[in-house]
Amino acid sequence: MKTQEKIEYKATSNACKLCSPLGASFVFRGIERSIPLLHGSQGCSTYIRRYLISHFNEPVDIACSNFTEETAVFGGGANLKLAVENIIKQYNPKLIGIATTCLSETIGEDVPMILKGYNKKNFDENFPEIVSVSTPSFSGTHIDGFHSAVRAVVDSIAVKKKISAKQINIFPGMLSPADLRHLKEIVSDFSTDYVMLPDYSDTFAGPLWTEYQEIPEGGTKLKKIASMGDAVASIEFGRILAEEESAGKMLESRFNVPCHSLGLPIGINETDAFLKALETITGKPVPEKYIQERGRLIDSYADGHKYVFEARAVVYGEEDLVTGLASFLSEIGIIPIICASGGESGLLRQKILDIIPDAEKIGIKIIEGADFVEINEEAKKIDPDFFIGNSKGYRIAREMKKPLIRVGFPIHDRLGGARIVHVGYRGAQQLFDIISNTIIATRQDTSPVGYTYM
Amino acid sequence: MTNIPILKERKKQIYHKGEGVFDLTCDTKSLAGSVSQRACVFCGSRVVLYPIADALHLIHGPIGCASYTWDIRGALSSGPELHRMSFSTDLRERDIIFGGEKKLYSLLVQLIDTYHPNAAFVYCTCIIGIIGDDVDSVCKRVTEEKGIPVLPVHSEGFKGTKKDGYKAACESLSMLVGTGSVEDIGRYAINIMGEFNIAGEAWTIKKYYENMGIEVVSVFTGDGRVENIKRSHGASLNVVQCSGSILRLAQIMEEKYGIPYIRVSYFGIEDMSKALYDVAAHFKDNIGIIKKTKEIVKNEIDAIYPDLLRYKKALSGKKAAIYVGGAFKAFSMIKALRSLGIDVVLAGSQTGNKDDYEVLRDMCDEGTVILDDANPLELSKYCIEKRADLFVGGVKERPIAYKLGIGFCDHNHERKISLAGYSGMINLAKEVYSSVLSPVWQFAPGKNDFLKQRNTEMMK
Repeated sequence: MKTQEKIEYKATSNACKLCSPLGASFVFRGIERSIPLLHGSQGCSTYIRRYLISHFNEPVDIACSNFTEETAVFGGGANLKLAVENIIKQYNPKLIGIATTCLSETIGEDVPMILKGYNKKNFDENFPEIVSVSTPSFSGTHIDGFHSAVRAVVDSIAVKKKISAKQINIFPGMLSPADLRHLKEIVSDFSTDYVMLPDYSDTFAGPLWTEYQEIPEGGTKLKKIASMGDAVASIEFGRILAEEESAGKMLESRFNVPCHSLGLPIGINETDAFLKALETITGKPVPEKYIQERGRLIDSYADGHKYVFEARAVVYGEEDLVTGLASFLSEIGIIPIICASGGESGLLRQKILDIIPDAEKIGIKIIEGADFVEINEEAKKIDPDFFIGNSKGYRIAREMKKPLIRVGFPIHDRLGGARIVHVGYRGAQQLFDIISNTIIATRQDTSPVGYTYM
Repeated sequence: MTNIPILKERKKQIYHKGEGVFDLTCDTKSLAGSVSQRACVFCGSRVVLYPIADALHLIHGPIGCASYTWDIRGALSSGPELHRMSFSTDLRERDIIFGGEKKLYSLLVQLIDTYHPNAAFVYCTCIIGIIGDDVDSVCKRVTEEKGIPVLPVHSEGFKGTKKDGYKAACESLSMLVGTGSVEDIGRYAINIMGEFNIAGEAWTIKKYYENMGIEVVSVFTGDGRVENIKRSHGASLNVVQCSGSILRLAQIMEEKYGIPYIRVSYFGIEDMSKALYDVAAHFKDNIGIIKKTKEIVKNEIDAIYPDLLRYKKALSGKKAAIYVGGAFKAFSMIKALRSLGIDVVLAGSQTGNKDDYEVLRDMCDEGTVILDDANPLELSKYCIEKRADLFVGGVKERPIAYKLGIGFCDHNHERKISLAGYSGMINLAKEVYSSVLSPVWQFAPGKNDFLKQRNTEMMK
């Protein structure tokens, strides 16, 4: 216990992270006729719903087992089952994704135990699949909840039927709906079949309703998830995730599906690696469309390179997003002078160094387990040119009178967070245009002359 | 009609005016799996205390609760903005095993030394009681060491409903009341309670009272300051808005200090005027106050009336659904919308009690659906069936309205437009007008009867 005395405690002030059940909710929302169910207090689901709704501007229904004082003392089994029954009556789902919370984990709830025998086989065939994932809010962040949920879904649904499916599994990570759509387009253009998990490209970004939808249409089909064990390969994005347990690695060890762990395909270098992997797996060349897209992107890099060169950016968000953005920024000559994340995998520093070997020499500050007060303090020391990350950095950027380029999640103070494309040459093109124009606009606005040419 | 199912247990919390005996169940925990729009006990406490701008608000628990409530309300401050920061003890696995008291103590001391608040609130989230932290003693110790009040808020999420969170917040506030000097407080002095200064609303209301010749000692939770709360027992009347949130404190102050309270609302011309007249009536020995009140009401109404008529003409005959946190707000909204020629076809709240729903029943027209603790499915079902043109609600209701092609008016606690007072009534009218009559709805798909009819009307 003596070591306890030595611990230096630090408050988290304006957190740069969310709790893990939020990440799991993302995943369960991205599966066909699926609904997330949080095993905890009513507030858990309502706060997470509100947080997601403010970003996506979509109805987000997340159920809750709704703990009471008695539940906390005697266990939540009855409540959990009642919740499942009520969800079935109201939503008629194909899958209920149960994520635990700090409350249910602290009282030691064993969800798989509670649900033992409570499944399709023992009820009728309309009984939904139930997948549960352990997401205690006191360990890891939302991104860990996300990856754990993907793993839990694959673990309980994917099998190997020994049919050569010739399909590719794609584990995109926590990207925008527009990103997911673009990834699907790219893989489709290689004329290959695929399963992407999760796929909330429709469920988090749908049109107005023609009639009422309890659960929005879209999401990865359960049948497709079941076939993931038959795929010829998996592609999994995230250089941090590559070092951790993952769904892709599980499929590799369980069903010998080779897993290609790649960085988030942001910018040319990481997108090239993605397309190369697709070439290798499918044996087909990169479609002309992407060669053209890449060509136009490089052309624009040439047009804009001087404006962005050695500009200094503060980058923050999930560790894999930060790593991806750092890769993109460094390939166009921008210095990601602060790379910060609320994540605490302990891998961020090394991953940034892999991409920018002289990062420390050029003064790049890497902050793991960061909060926005810390980011603010560091940013003040270096007078950056702009911030790039989710909307929660707005107050710092505003205080320092620097532009904020909004990417990732959440974006609560602008429309269209779901429509931002970060990945592929197309995403890089959009990011490059926004970043260079932001820098050009700053120069123009602060110039005493105000030229109408660049 | 739609085929959206209603859960059996939920039917008792839904009433169709004119059909059967009125016996609405309310004041209960939300049904598991129902997808209630309510939050939890912690949420109740957090929203009430949030606007106290010079206090430190430390959330004791894992990170989520703090992340989701960072800068969440549009409660403005004329000075310090410490309330807009989000502080968490960010408990981790280690803390769950060994307990979080030491961490809490250490962080309180650090944060107080860094930010110099005038008080600190420590919010207990779900797991605090379970891991056995004695938050009260930690708060007591830091109070003694740092010389500022450090108040525990017993807001464990699962220990009741949002209303219990209101109570917990009131109990914490009551520990501050009565600890300041009441010197210099005159005879005609009130406290404004249950007003959160969203988009500066408290400032508008305070100005009305001051122009009436009344001193406002404390707006506890709107542009709130610890010092004013400490001396709030010097007022001779508590004027309470927002039914559930702060009533408990008004009751405590009545018991302890003999300060009477009245309930008011500042939304809509009718309720706004009634609030001012009721307060004036309390000070009826001062003729000047009543005279000034009449002048203010007349001038304010005269100023907005022509505009209001213009909006009313455009909005007459439209139908509205209202789903808000507190029932008192629903009453005011019904009256305010009526003054715009809009009929209410659905009215509900997260936290109304029996008395509230009786009032609501009496106010509503035949056929109106009254809902307690509704969920998205029920709200959608009745919006479609009752052919609403407008939804008045909060963030979680907004996308439901839009998906159905219905206009929406934000009446939540993060809105940026003041809806209280006379100027607020015009803002409300403008809000409703600009959503209901927007041409974008012409593109809403029309497979559904309800939408088709609406859309055809829009095209005309």
